[in-house]
Amino acid sequence: MIGLIDQMKEKMRRTDVYKSIFRHSYEDTQRNRALQIVDNVFLHLHPVRVTRHATNVGFTWGMGGITFLLFIVLTITGVILMFYYRPAAEYAYDDMKFLMNDVAFGPLMRNMHRWGAHAMVITVMLHMFRVFLTGSYKAPRQFNWVIGVILLTLTLFLSFTGYLLPWDQLAIWAVTVGTNMARATPLLGHEGPFGPELGMKINNDVRFVLLGGTQVGPPTLLRFYVLHCIFLPLVATILMVVHFWRVRKDGGISGPDTTTKKF
Amino acid sequence: MDHLIKIISKPDNIPIVLMLGLTVFYTWFSMRKARRNDLQDISEEAKLSDKVQVWPYLVKVEFLAALLIMAILTIWSVGLDAPLEQPANPALTPNPSKAPWYFLGLQEILVYFDPWIAGVVLPTLIIVGLCAIPYIDINPKGNGYYTFKERPFAILTFMFGFLVLWVSLIVLGTFFRGPGWNIFMPWQEWDTHLVVALTNIDWSEWLPFHQPTRLVDGTLNPYAMLIGSVTVIGWYSLGVIYYFWKRKSDLMQKLGILRYSIVAFLFLTMMAVPVKVLLRIAFNIKYILVTPWFNI
Repeated sequence: MIGLIDQMKEKMRRTDVYKSIFRHSYEDTQRNRALQIVDNVFLHLHPVRVTRHATNVGFTWGMGGITFLLFIVLTITGVILMFYYRPAAEYAYDDMKFLMNDVAFGPLMRNMHRWGAHAMVITVMLHMFRVFLTGSYKAPRQFNWVIGVILLTLTLFLSFTGYLLPWDQLAIWAVTVGTNMARATPLLGHEGPFGPELGMKINNDVRFVLLGGTQVGPPTLLRFYVLHCIFLPLVATILMVVHFWRVRKDGGISGPDTTTKKF
Repeated sequence: MDHLIKIISKPDNIPIVLMLGLTVFYTWFSMRKARRNDLQDISEEAKLSDKVQVWPYLVKVEFLAALLIMAILTIWSVGLDAPLEQPANPALTPNPSKAPWYFLGLQEILVYFDPWIAGVVLPTLIIVGLCAIPYIDINPKGNGYYTFKERPFAILTFMFGFLVLWVSLIVLGTFFRGPGWNIFMPWQEWDTHLVVALTNIDWSEWLPFHQPTRLVDGTLNPYAMLIGSVTVIGWYSLGVIYYFWKRKSDLMQKLGILRYSIVAFLFLTMMAVPVKVLLRIAFNIKYILVTPWFNI
């Protein structure tokens, strides 16, 4: 029986279909291990070989990778949530209630989205903390740190714009408090230094542009929805591509320069 | 005690407890690594500088980490529902109204600074300052391994900003601020009717100066403005004094005037935050400088 299965497996591996999909044999050889990485579109982000300390969780804390994983989880759960949610003031809250009470796995999807988002804010901060402590922003990785800072800001904006969407008391007041700051923007806010002198009023300053009104209302909901679901994830994705590519081009994650004497 | 459990177990506050635990752990963990590296000639990381194949040595770690995180996130999401309060009502302001937890440090700073500083200038400077770090830190040491001895100023400054001014203020804003943005101990019941008398004075009105901010006719007192301006300019000129004191030093020569100015400005601005907090708490000082256009 087992002999038969082995025979069938062997036969399957020799078919054109199998070979066209996997391209290399399955034996545990150095060559196959390398091909496993370079022949796979998802894994080929990695080099074939890395220094041993780069695989040490005590060194990396794994926070960058976890942040990326959470971003993927948030994208998937977010798309599912979009099927059940309409970003209009008269529907939004009812859609949330429907999702939480009547949709199969609705609460699980929403909870994973919210807790994943909170976790991502934490992991992205810890990632920055680790990168700072190991001095990994130093040459040649200076600009990648700057991209990382922008990604951190985008993560906060993503979380903040998503905070409004449930359209409950928690949401609108947290966003009201957060966006009230924009009133006081120097030059561009109607309560900021030199704002009134430059003709800023409550209905034409930077906060008005952000909210689409003089207070958090239905236009704000639509604006934040579009920012949250389309604009910010798109920008973040592009910057992540650059971020990862630069990590790779700068020789993988940082490590001591063992070519000099003292390290 | 009931209130403590209530406030810590509030669904949206769980991440803050998590963040606090993780930052404390990782600070200890990284400093222990730094100490071990500092005590020997060759860093632990350098001892592991041989190459290994990504498949399976790295992919395995990534896969296990992904499994672990997905397990934690799933259990968390099954066990705890995301909050959904009453429908949005612009006419009903909750007390306290809090921003999302990661902005609570900035909301806390609002007590001590006007919104244009706390809500706009400081966040902008945090982002700009973080971006500037790789270009103003010209110390080539400590790249790719944990160390404290080789870059004490950089690490202490960053830790002060991250642990004290960011994480602790978030914790303060979440667990210690109640109705009316008054301070409550986490185990204290929130009293919505509590009124705390504010007897704030401005810097120029304080004991050594005794200059009222406004004159009897309501216009600004020029002497008060002078005292305020001198104080603000004096604070930043600490950077200039330090420059002339250390001008000949090796570090200052390498840093150059432009880099030094950026470092000094960012550092003094950051340190102005705790100084102003202390002035408020110890002496009830509200503004250092009052002008017709803005207050500091």
